[in-house]
Amino acid sequence: MCLAIPGKLLEVFEENGLKMGNIDFAGSVSKACLEYVPEIEVGQYTIVHAGFALSVLNEEEAKNSFDAWDDLIDRANKEGIEIDKLERPN
Amino acid sequence: MKYLDEFRDPVIAKRILDEIHRITTQPWVIMEICGGQTHSIIRNGIDQVLPKEIELVHGPGCPVCVTPLELIDQAIEIASRPEVIFTSFGDMLRVPGSHKDLFMVRSEGGDVRTVFSPLESLKIARENPNKEVVFFAVGFETTAPGNAMAVAQAAKEGLKNFSELVSHVLVPPAMEALLSSAKNRVQGYLAAGHVCTVMGWDEYTPIAEKYKVPIVITGFEPMDVLDGILHTVKQLEAGTYQVENRYARIVEEGGNQPAQALIRDVYEVSDRKWRGIGEIPLSGFKIRAKYADHDAELKFNVGDIKADEPEICISGVILQGLKKPHDCQAFGKECTPQHPLGATMVSSEGACAAYYKYQRILND
Amino acid sequence: MDFPEYLSCPVPILTHDTVQLAHGAGGKLSNEMIDKIFLPRFSNTTLEKMEDQAVLENPGGRIAFSTDTFVVDPIFFPGGNIGDLAINGTVNDVAMSGAQPKFLSVAFILEEGLPFETLHRIVLSMEQAAKTAGIQIVAGDTKVVNRGSCDKLFINTTGFGFVPEDVNISASNLQLGDKIILSGTLADHGMAVMTSREGLSFQSTVRSDTAGLNHLVADMLAVSKNIHAMRDPTRGGLATSLNEFAMASSKGIQLYDDKIPVRDDVRGACEILGIDPLYVANEGKLIAVVPADVADSMVSAMRANPLGKDAVIIGEVTDKHPGLVTLATGLGANRIVDMPVGEQLPRIC
Repeated sequence: MCLAIPGKLLEVFEENGLKMGNIDFAGSVSKACLEYVPEIEVGQYTIVHAGFALSVLNEEEAKNSFDAWDDLIDRANKEGIEIDKLERPN
Repeated sequence: MKYLDEFRDPVIAKRILDEIHRITTQPWVIMEICGGQTHSIIRNGIDQVLPKEIELVHGPGCPVCVTPLELIDQAIEIASRPEVIFTSFGDMLRVPGSHKDLFMVRSEGGDVRTVFSPLESLKIARENPNKEVVFFAVGFETTAPGNAMAVAQAAKEGLKNFSELVSHVLVPPAMEALLSSAKNRVQGYLAAGHVCTVMGWDEYTPIAEKYKVPIVITGFEPMDVLDGILHTVKQLEAGTYQVENRYARIVEEGGNQPAQALIRDVYEVSDRKWRGIGEIPLSGFKIRAKYADHDAELKFNVGDIKADEPEICISGVILQGLKKPHDCQAFGKECTPQHPLGATMVSSEGACAAYYKYQRILND
Repeated sequence: MDFPEYLSCPVPILTHDTVQLAHGAGGKLSNEMIDKIFLPRFSNTTLEKMEDQAVLENPGGRIAFSTDTFVVDPIFFPGGNIGDLAINGTVNDVAMSGAQPKFLSVAFILEEGLPFETLHRIVLSMEQAAKTAGIQIVAGDTKVVNRGSCDKLFINTTGFGFVPEDVNISASNLQLGDKIILSGTLADHGMAVMTSREGLSFQSTVRSDTAGLNHLVADMLAVSKNIHAMRDPTRGGLATSLNEFAMASSKGIQLYDDKIPVRDDVRGACEILGIDPLYVANEGKLIAVVPADVADSMVSAMRANPLGKDAVIIGEVTDKHPGLVTLATGLGANRIVDMPVGEQLPRIC
């Protein structure tokens, strides 16, 4: 229901008394309100919904997810399961 | 894009999919609550590649689709007034009310504008002191912090010409309403990751225990959705019913505390009607009395506008996975994506809209 | 916003700073505007005659003829403005038949009060776009309307060119096994316009791709005249054009998600606004449907032209699901790419 994507905080500024920031989404930079993520620092990733940063991305937890998925891949390799490659034209 | 593309890796996604196939031994019905997840499922074709034992039921998690007819009618009434600049997220403009939609109001001369954030609506109010600026505050818990901030900020700045027409809905009461139905078929839930970003997951523990359903907090990228399904199936196969957080890079147990505090300050919990489901007790927000100046329903006195959904529409039971779209007599006749009658046809990812597209293949 | 150097040309001195209703009344002020703003930029022997019509040589054969009206808001956007868009748009519509566009008419509807400085900038970029495309502006018209009756200015362009022999390009010509070629990245124009609209508070590196594609088409025809279908996917984007092909030819089209190029910054803007790049307008890209045996050499020739440097085969024509476009996802699933119901709007869910 709620479209929110991660972007990197480039700078912090104040506007109408609110803590705001410019967030970089792969080159498209959009303004977001930072009032709900007071702990955020420039360079961190945050998830933004409708112009509001709602959570600072936990890089450690992202890595944990990948470690778990890497284990799945390792097990597949050990058991000789081939993850089928996609069929492509040409 | 960082923290986005990595979660779309087809090799890892296929490995998670293999694992789902490996552990699934019997039929399971799983509901993804959130329209964003439905979007991801359809866009990536996840429903096509899952084991046939797993049935995904698309939940009511799209604020656009569940906003009741009478609120759209109220919005249309307010937006038609000459003194009003009516602002809304883009998704709401096409949703039909009883007789027309907000696009038609604009074509008739109403000042209806799309905004991307409620703060932009506030800016319009600052720049147009002689106009009444109304923001259509729809959404689930995820959108509530922003919408609450707009009201609090308007009060602080003394922007008396800013108000919100509120149609805020809450996920846990809707989940309970579905689970407590005698005909419920849903055995496990993918909980909406971004709702939990704001609210945390305390609210889900009693639901999981009472109804003995696993609830897995799930993200939105293909690998996230597949991972959420994998862990739901794991619990179903093992007979457990825990609340499990599989979106830990974004979601913390307690959610976002400052956001919850401001939501509580501006809004209070109230009964809400859901398009397709009907009234659910304590399933939404309304503006607290102390912010009454910024409550468009009071300011424009539109609370009396009532509208009943077309009786022919069975979107409520379709939402619960009890009936299929072609069981409805209006399907493809009175009700199409261009002229939707109910929630499940309004959203392009709704079950009826998806079937409508798919049926064309069957016909060919 | 940065402008190319040619746009720094000083504004001609006129009696007024802004467009007046009298500039459209056919008297002295009209002539002053035509002499100072339009003629110096669009001049050629046909236009200079100032007749009520252009009389042109006809080399014989088939004529490709097209018209389009431009009302883009905002009128200046990163990478272009309503002026070059109006030239390139009609150049491209004519070129998609395989014709080399030769002649163009330009009609302006100006809102009273429009600064001449603005009009001058737009006319300069029209001159540049026409020169680049090698097309002559041979007829023109200007009307001025009351303030509020139009938004700053609207431009209509009508153009034609001559279709070479043995070239038969049509949406209904798709053949089983044909390859679908896309000339470059998707959604640049639409996202440049959307992110520069007031209210979205974007600072974006996204730029419109507005460009005349007639020379690229000539390069393609030099490889083979056997192009079955060709279109520039403007409004409604790639999805709309391909659906039109599929329906007109009663064939299916199979696309491959991971082959479709989208710039990172464009995708970033699409992601945050919830917009699908397949449905976003392009103004300097084409899709061509060609027989499989010429597809690779066609792509190589396109890549040698800067406007086709990212050209790539994105799919093929199939006999499955006639009339429908499908997209193979990374997971090995296949989803329908439908016609859009309406304009793409930023969404929250």
